[in-house]
Amino acid sequence: MKWVLVLLMIAATTAGDVFRAAGMKRHGEIADFRPGAIGRALASLARNRFVILSTCSMTVSFFAFIKLVSIAPLSFAVPVSAATFVPETLLARFYLREVIDWRRWLGAGLIMVGVVLVSL
Amino acid sequence: MPATRVIHRKTALFTGIVVVSNVAGNSALTYGMQQLGDIGYSPLALIGALFHPWVVLGVALLILWTLSHMALLSWADLSYVLPVTAIGYVLTALSGRYFLNETVTSTRWAGIALITAGVTLVGLTSPSTTEHRP
Repeated sequence: MKWVLVLLMIAATTAGDVFRAAGMKRHGEIADFRPGAIGRALASLARNRFVILSTCSMTVSFFAFIKLVSIAPLSFAVPVSAATFVPETLLARFYLREVIDWRRWLGAGLIMVGVVLVSL
Repeated sequence: MPATRVIHRKTALFTGIVVVSNVAGNSALTYGMQQLGDIGYSPLALIGALFHPWVVLGVALLILWTLSHMALLSWADLSYVLPVTAIGYVLTALSGRYFLNETVTSTRWAGIALITAGVTLVGLTSPSTTEHRP
């Protein structure tokens, strides 16, 4: 059951992050932080289908996470969540069309190895 | 102030908020869920867990994380935000060392060094490489 929760959390987090990034790219840069402008941005984001999909995915990820940490330690749950780096970086490249130079690939790789070492 | 400097300052500020709210939120959620013990798999029990005070604090921090993460992604790439916010793994390990008096093994220090190197490397790239609509 532990690994079912891990897989569910990784899939839901990946979908949540990628849809959130896609929705926010379409919305455009948030540059005005006055309360009225933030209210208008939130009203527009609440109707953004990518943001809605992201919020649904993140809700699944949230419940998988709280269930996982009730049966396994945080020092297990946090490092396994680093597995999202692989699908998310690939989706950022091929779906979101971001330019990922060697520093980003190498950086993401170093972090994944580092997270595993920290959890040992 | 030039636009690129504004972006870099905003990015630094929001990265800080994203990291701190995520690390503190996950810790509060974990502490709360461990206090509750094993609650089984029924959806009602999971929703009931949302009323535990530490879980409430965790959810509040998670809402702050959600909003600041969305704002950050409105101008920065996912392939930038994801690695740069990974500095949170280092904060979690160090908070165990300094607040909970856990021993940090040499393997763990090596992991902290690798994560820091990776975060620094990605931090050197420009936050945005795609055309974001104005």
